[in-house]
This record gives sequence, C-alpha cells and structure tokens, in this order.
Amino acid sequence: MERHFWSGNIAIAEAALTAGLNFYAGYPITPSSDLMEYIARNLPKRGGIFVQGEDELSSINMVIGASIAGAKAMTATSGPGFSLMQEALGMAIMLEIPLVLVDVMRLGPSTGQATKSGQGDVMQARWGRHGDQALVVLTASSPQSAYQRTIDAFNISEMLRTPVILLIDELTAHLWETVTIDKDQISLIERRYGKPGDAFFDSGDPSIPPPMPRIGEGYNVLYTTSTHDGFGIRKTQDAQIHNHLVRRIYKKIWNNVEYLFNYNIYPVDMVEKDKDIIIISYCSTARVASETVEKLNKEGFVAMNVELRTLWPINYDELSKIIKDAGIVVVPEMNLGQIIYDIKIIGNGLDIYSFNKIGGGIPIYPDELYNYIIEAYRK
Amino acid sequence: MKHPLINYLREELLPTIFCPGCGIGIVMKALFQAFKELNIDTLDNFVFVSGIGCSAWMPSPYIKADSIHTIHGRAIPVAIGVKLVRPNLNVIVVGGDGDIAGIGGNHLLHAARRNMDLLTIMINNQVYGMTGGQVAPTTPFGIKTPTTPYGNIDYPLDTCSVVAAAGANYVARWTVSHFMQLKNTFKKALRKRGFRYIEVISQCTSRMTNRMNISPGEYMKQILKKSINIKKLALETYDEYLNNIIVGEYTDRDRESYLELISKVVENA
Repeated sequence: MERHFWSGNIAIAEAALTAGLNFYAGYPITPSSDLMEYIARNLPKRGGIFVQGEDELSSINMVIGASIAGAKAMTATSGPGFSLMQEALGMAIMLEIPLVLVDVMRLGPSTGQATKSGQGDVMQARWGRHGDQALVVLTASSPQSAYQRTIDAFNISEMLRTPVILLIDELTAHLWETVTIDKDQISLIERRYGKPGDAFFDSGDPSIPPPMPRIGEGYNVLYTTSTHDGFGIRKTQDAQIHNHLVRRIYKKIWNNVEYLFNYNIYPVDMVEKDKDIIIISYCSTARVASETVEKLNKEGFVAMNVELRTLWPINYDELSKIIKDAGIVVVPEMNLGQIIYDIKIIGNGLDIYSFNKIGGGIPIYPDELYNYIIEAYRK
Repeated sequence: MKHPLINYLREELLPTIFCPGCGIGIVMKALFQAFKELNIDTLDNFVFVSGIGCSAWMPSPYIKADSIHTIHGRAIPVAIGVKLVRPNLNVIVVGGDGDIAGIGGNHLLHAARRNMDLLTIMINNQVYGMTGGQVAPTTPFGIKTPTTPYGNIDYPLDTCSVVAAAGANYVARWTVSHFMQLKNTFKKALRKRGFRYIEVISQCTSRMTNRMNISPGEYMKQILKKSINIKKLALETYDEYLNNIIVGEYTDRDRESYLELISKVVENA
C-alpha cells in the first residue's frame, strides 16, 4: 500500500506512468499545464518521450502517430485546446487508435474565465467531432478517483481500440488529497496485435475491435481516414461498406455499455429504500452532492447521490431503474445544463430539476443546493 | 516483362487515379529510382505519412509500404509521433502545397526548427487541385483561379527559403522537368539525418495547364525554361523567386538532429 499527497493533475500523471505511458505531447493551457510539467520531469526518467507541440493540433496528432507506432500515448488540455483537437480525435475514432485525452475543464465559452472552473465541455466531449461517432468519456471527482479513472482510461482505450476522454474540472485538478494505491490490485490491458494479412479494420463481432497491425515490419498497412474496408482499402463510393464501418465503430462502444458505464452511489445503504430525492452529479459537483445528501438525510429525507463516473456511454436501462421511484431528481451542473438532457429522457414522467451555476469558478455550495432541493421538493 | 520498379508499388491497385499528364508519377518514379540505386529492395522499414490532396494519394494507397493517410495538414505531426516512438524506421511525409505549406505550414516550420528526423516531400502544383483549382499559398501572383476571379493578390510563399532559415538540415527544390537532379536529391536526402525538405514544382493538368490552354508537356518545358539554379545567383532574393523558379540546394548541413537530442534527454533524466 502506498499513500501519497497529490493534486488531481498529479494523480492523473502518476496513474498514466503506472499504466505504462511511453509518449506524451501537449501544449500549455491553464489549468492542465501543471499535469504536463509533471510529465515532462518524470516521463523521460522512465524512458518515455515528452514533446511540447507547437499547438494542440500538432500535440494530438503526434499522440496519434505515437500510438500507431505502438506507444501508450496521451495528451492533456482544456476547453479551447480541446476544441482544436476535435478533428484529430475524429481521425483517431475512424482509424481506431487507442489514446487518452485529459480535458481539465475551465470556464468558457471562448477564453471566458480561463483560470476558473467550469463543466461546460460535457457535450463537446460527447459530440465535438463531425460525423456519426462514439467514444468513451470518463470522469473523476477526487485525486483518488482521478488515479483510478486514468488507469481505466488506458485499459479501455487498448481493449476497445478507441480514444478515451477523461473529463475533470479545475477544482479537482488542483485539489490536493491523500491517494492510496495498492499496485498489486492494478491490472493493465495491453495491446492486441494481429498477423500480416489480417483484417485490421473489421472484426466478425462488432463488440470486439479488430487487432492492431504493427508498423515498420512489412505488414504494408493502409491506415486511411477515408471510409475503408477491413483491409484498409479506401472505399469512398460504396454505401454498404460505409454503413458497416461506421456502425461497427459505434457498436464497439455501445455494445460494451455495461462494462463501460460506471457510477458511485452515496450513501450505499440508500439503494434499497424509496428515495425522496436523487441527485445525479459528476466531476467536482459530486462531492458537493454527497455532502448535500448527508444533510438531507439528517433532516429526515431519504436522499441519494449518483455520481456518474462515465458520461458516455450511459447505460440508460440501468440508470432509469435507479431513478424510477424517486420523488424528485436533481441534476446540479456547473454549466447551463448539459447532462440534464439525458436524464430527462431516462426519467420521462419524473420530476426532474436542473440546478445550474456558472461564473467565477465558484463551486455549487452544499447549502444553496440543499435550499434549492427543499424548495423543489415542496412544489 | 514487368516494370523494373514495380516492387515498390501495390500492383493490384493500379492504374492510379491521377489525371493524365499529372506530375506525381514523375516524382514517384524518381523516388523509386533513388530507392533502387541505394539498394533498398523492400520498403518494410519505411512508413509514409500523408494528409489530404492529390499528392497524399501517392503513398496511400499506391506505394507498397505502411502508410498513414491522415487529415488535412497534419501529416508532419503524425509522422513525428511515429518516428519518435520507432526511431529506426524511415518516415517520409508526402503532401501537396495546400497540405504542407497552407493548412499545415506551422508544423512544417516547427519540424524544420527542431531538425526533426523526417524526409518531407512537397509536390507543389501551385493550386488546390483536388477541390477545383482554387488559389494556394504557392500560386503565382496575378493568376486567375475560381477564388481569385480578378487575379491573385497574394504573393506566393517561398517555402524553401523559410524551411532553410528555420533550421532544416537539407532543403532543395527541383521540378518534374529535372528528373535526374530530383532522383539524386532523393538519394542524398535519404542518407541524411534531421529534417530534410524537398519541394518539387509540378503541374496540375486539370486545374492549371488546361486553363492556360497548353499541354502538360508544354508546361514542363516552360518550368524548365524558367528555372535558375540557386548556385548561379549571388544571393537569392524574393524578387528573383517571384519571377523565376529557383532550383537546387538551399541548404545542406549536418546539425545534430532532434532524435539525437531527445535520446540524450532520456539518457540523462
């Protein structure tokens, strides 16, 4: 057992190193720069390559090249940089390249309040690219969970041959807490390689990605961002091949929703009870929600917080079972309401409330959330 | 009888989609001839990276090697990622002027500054050929294109001067009318370290020579006639660049490359 005193950003960097990070490229941007600086100091010590790109475009594209060449590769950024990386992320989805992208959310839109916390990138993480596509979006609300979700991100990216986004907000990135690690309990998923001549871009079962090719070893691999058949041959006129490819990449994520969807319930002994109030939260707001729930329970309500540790894909069936008998459902977000749209679909017919706060990086305080909930409950 | 260079091609995907009279075939042949003369029989440890545009199709899918056909402008950073993780591979970027000097121009500048261990070939047809012949950052001044219907008021970028000034180890420009020089330049560049940049002036038969009402062959004669070797100039000036095609080696040095420098970082960390 190891105990460390780490910020969220450091916990992510340490987890990446533990997961076997070989390559990092990034561009300075508040509030993710300290993560990059930590990597710059520590990755070369482990034989890895660190590059500061000339911009976010080069950084994410270097990461993609490095991953194609066999590295476990990652980058970290924040809102504006994340926007710049979207086109390349679409390429990583189309070519099925494992990589981890950490988006430390700050307060937009545009330059906004650049040093302050926000949660406005939820929809950008899910839908930022053009075209039909799916990837995996994980969250964390503490240095401890950031460590775990980073390990998960690397494992999922290798298992499903997909980019994985880890979404945290500035509050968690710069929150210092004790992180406890049992390295014996960490299992890593390594890349699955195929043989020359294999179909590297198709698999019989859409739930399982095809194996990756090795490059520079005579496989004569064709990676192309255009629509391609199972052997990488460009097929830009064939409707059936496009339909098959895009649906397969989509299903690869959604068929594994039970494995990918992760949440944390607080307090756990509330699961079996009839709830007056359920809060659905994510990122730093999950901490506030838990404290609010404690207070509500002390006051005699039956309240429970569901912290979403996966924002995409959401297991709609499972989440709808959890919330179906709730008196009211409250979704606090440090944005004008983004994940609320999913909750409204899942909880059709329930009383669902959106609590939103933006500006100054000021967190939602437990008292104001409590007061809002009491008012909503009495309506 | 088979073509002596067929081993470098994916024969099953021939013929190419290039327009009749396109210069890309000449560049491809010069590169293959260079491989052959260097006794490189297979391209197993070569990786080609390209972006968007006609030139990007030269390696992908036609060259029998690993190729990564990326998004517009980003071939160089993807190639850097590959090279830094697998330093023993030969990584070659192929792209057009829109891809390399336009949308990807910043990456070109910084790869040169870092003296990154890549060979970058820019096939410059002076227009955005694939999208309809719109003006490019390399289009000569005054020319009419679909997006400069009143004539181009942007001066063209002299990429070789820029890349040489930025710190690349090797920079040369030739045209498709200089087959032997081009082949020899490829041979030289393939044996060097650091960033190597070769610009090849080429013709777009569907979007340039046809509008000029001349044959591709006539255009090739014209660019040959307009070419002046940089050695014959006391000092290359931008005016000379605008009025002629400057060919030859802009720089040929042997600075320590990025790969060597980053290896030391890892060793001493």
